[in-house]
Amino acid sequence: MSSPALLAAVGEVGKGFVQERSSETLPCQATDKLFCFDWATNNIGRYETPTIQHVELVVISVLLGFAVAFALALLAHRRRWLQPPLLAATGVLFTIPSIAFFFLLLPLTGRGRDTAIIALTAYTLQIIYRNTIVGLANVPAAVKDAARGMGLTERQILWKVELPLARPEIFAGLQIATVSTVAIATLATFANGGGLGEPILRQGIDFKTNLIIAGGIAFLMAILFGLILFAIQRLLTPWRRAEAT
Amino acid sequence: MTGALAHPVQASIEGAFEFIFTPQTSNVTGGKTVGGINQVIELAANQIELTILALALSLLVALPLGLYLGHRGTGELVATAVGNVGRAIPELALIAFMAALIGVGVLNLTIALAVLGIPPILANTFVGIHQVDRGTVDAARGMGMTGFEVLRKVEIPLAIPTLFAGIRGAAIAIVATATIAPIAGVLTLGDFIINRNVYGDDGVLAGAILVALLALVLEFSLAGLQRLLTARGLKLSTA
Repeated sequence: MSSPALLAAVGEVGKGFVQERSSETLPCQATDKLFCFDWATNNIGRYETPTIQHVELVVISVLLGFAVAFALALLAHRRRWLQPPLLAATGVLFTIPSIAFFFLLLPLTGRGRDTAIIALTAYTLQIIYRNTIVGLANVPAAVKDAARGMGLTERQILWKVELPLARPEIFAGLQIATVSTVAIATLATFANGGGLGEPILRQGIDFKTNLIIAGGIAFLMAILFGLILFAIQRLLTPWRRAEAT
Repeated sequence: MTGALAHPVQASIEGAFEFIFTPQTSNVTGGKTVGGINQVIELAANQIELTILALALSLLVALPLGLYLGHRGTGELVATAVGNVGRAIPELALIAFMAALIGVGVLNLTIALAVLGIPPILANTFVGIHQVDRGTVDAARGMGMTGFEVLRKVEIPLAIPTLFAGIRGAAIAIVATATIAPIAGVLTLGDFIINRNVYGDDGVLAGAILVALLALVLEFSLAGLQRLLTARGLKLSTA
């Protein structure tokens, strides 16, 4: 009735066909081999555009998500009664699977990169918001008292004392949000949002070399982003390094 | 399989609800009808089945291991590294690759989805058990509890929030990724979303609504279960 089952069946037929003919007479990409080095070296350029699109999707979504979630967290830090409803609201956005979110937006924004970015941004909100709130809550009351005693205003306490001390939690949130978004952005292609999911969806599941390259780039990108954010966090929290050594 | 760019979007909320409840004639299936409550139930059942199987497999693997490592206090590096690396696995590539490597079908998809479910459960179980206050554990031992009793009566109840955060994270990842199961030969609600040329834009929107609802129901159920499993005394102290 529907095409995936049909495609799978065609794939099975194709597999038999390939195995009957010896793999020597066929180019590697027509065989069942796990990885075709020749094809990979000749075609690696194909992945440049999807990779750049992927980076853009992630960076824009996480930056937007950070801007919104950070603002919400500061607001909720001042007005405590906002915390439960904001946690619930961001929780709902977090729970709705991105692939469903893309298409819930269909009547509003149609298909394309903007739709993908909105959905990915919505996904990051809860992680960043919650970590910022936790980070601010973990600042010892005595530290704030000391700051007050030194004559700092509430605004100064927030920016000069509380937020710097909350940096480890805030960065942990950013890290989790970024790494997850790199992984989830592979689904953006369903909404015509581009990214590394695009070559996967276009070539189907039978060409493993393509799956390994596209999936591998996404995986390494996630790890790399995670490490970069970890390094920045270390740079911005020198007192933690002092403690560790 | 990819939605064509040139087509204007023709989705409306009313159309989507009509698609959910009444079968429609599709222009590509040769007059066969698509949608309707029966097909919705069939696909939803597949997605629920797949989600439960994968979550059960994840729990079976990750929970005992996390409890053991957390209780012993060893393997912190492994547990947290698995948690961090697991988050970096690209869903679409994973499903496609596992389907290519071990084949399509419910069993293989269950394994692929469990790959997503195991890391958060393992990492959170470890952290939850490991961070239980040493003094509390010592007190339990002093009362004559065996190692297993300490785990069951003290460490697990105190670790419930962290433990459940992991299980809920795993469940959300699994039910979300089960949406793209049709690319690996198992028809879930995601089929409405992925195969726009069969179901039309109303079908796509209907699929998105149904998948979102399913995920929210799952999340609320697990939140409810967490509440049930939280010791009464702990609920009072946090209220």
